[in-house]
Amino acid sequence: MEETYMTIATVAELLNARILTGEAHSGLEVTSAFACDLMSDVLAYANGYKLLLSGLCNAQVIRTAEMLDMNCIIFVRGKCPDEQMIKMAASNDMVVLRTDYSMFTSSGILYQAGIKGGQM
Amino acid sequence: MSDNEMVQLKYTVIPDDYNAVGSASSDAKNKLRMVGVPPDILRKVSICMYEGEINMVIHARGGEITVNINPTNIQMILRDNGPGIADINKAMQAGFSTASEDARNLGFGAGMGLPNMKKFSDDMSVETKLGVGTTVTMVVNL
Repeated sequence: MEETYMTIATVAELLNARILTGEAHSGLEVTSAFACDLMSDVLAYANGYKLLLSGLCNAQVIRTAEMLDMNCIIFVRGKCPDEQMIKMAASNDMVVLRTDYSMFTSSGILYQAGIKGGQM
Repeated sequence: MSDNEMVQLKYTVIPDDYNAVGSASSDAKNKLRMVGVPPDILRKVSICMYEGEINMVIHARGGEITVNINPTNIQMILRDNGPGIADINKAMQAGFSTASEDARNLGFGAGMGLPNMKKFSDDMSVETKLGVGTTVTMVVNL
């Protein structure tokens, strides 16, 4: 099956999301995403993904994404990272988005638009 | 920075600030990247060290991490003076955890730490003594 390449800017548009930092990198293309609130599972299973959706909102989400070289974090359910988290993400050249949609709805919208879950 | 200038990194992990957890792993990752460790190896090292660092904070009131950059591998030694692990076989099982609610709120403490460290390292050994502490040694081959 052909892969769908989507810019982070388009991801933001689809999810009605605000870009909190990293707009300069929003032209980066993604094909797959990982959605999870448990950071140990992100570390265990999300190797190779660029996009992380999470409803957990603390500095360890940014650190986890950093360890895996992820480029974009989407905070779902309206969760809002604090200034320190945004700074940490910015220093790692990440794009941080915030959407009011739930994890399920956000994932569904992206999946329908062609973003895949990849291999476990 | 040449390889000769950096063969060992040392960190003290302090458990006071949960927001700062991972700063040692982050620093080590950046330094290893600078000396040319390939991205796939770097990710394995980062996952192992970060899980270990989290463990030191949530179970053991912090400790010391030493990273040795050897010609054929990266070795991480994580030493703490925490309570020790009562049943190492149980602790190695995915899903077994004695972590606090605080740890769970961080997105950890689900019993995946040690299994993840084993999964992403090429060799891992755990020395532990109740009431004395735990030393975890992990090796990721280059």
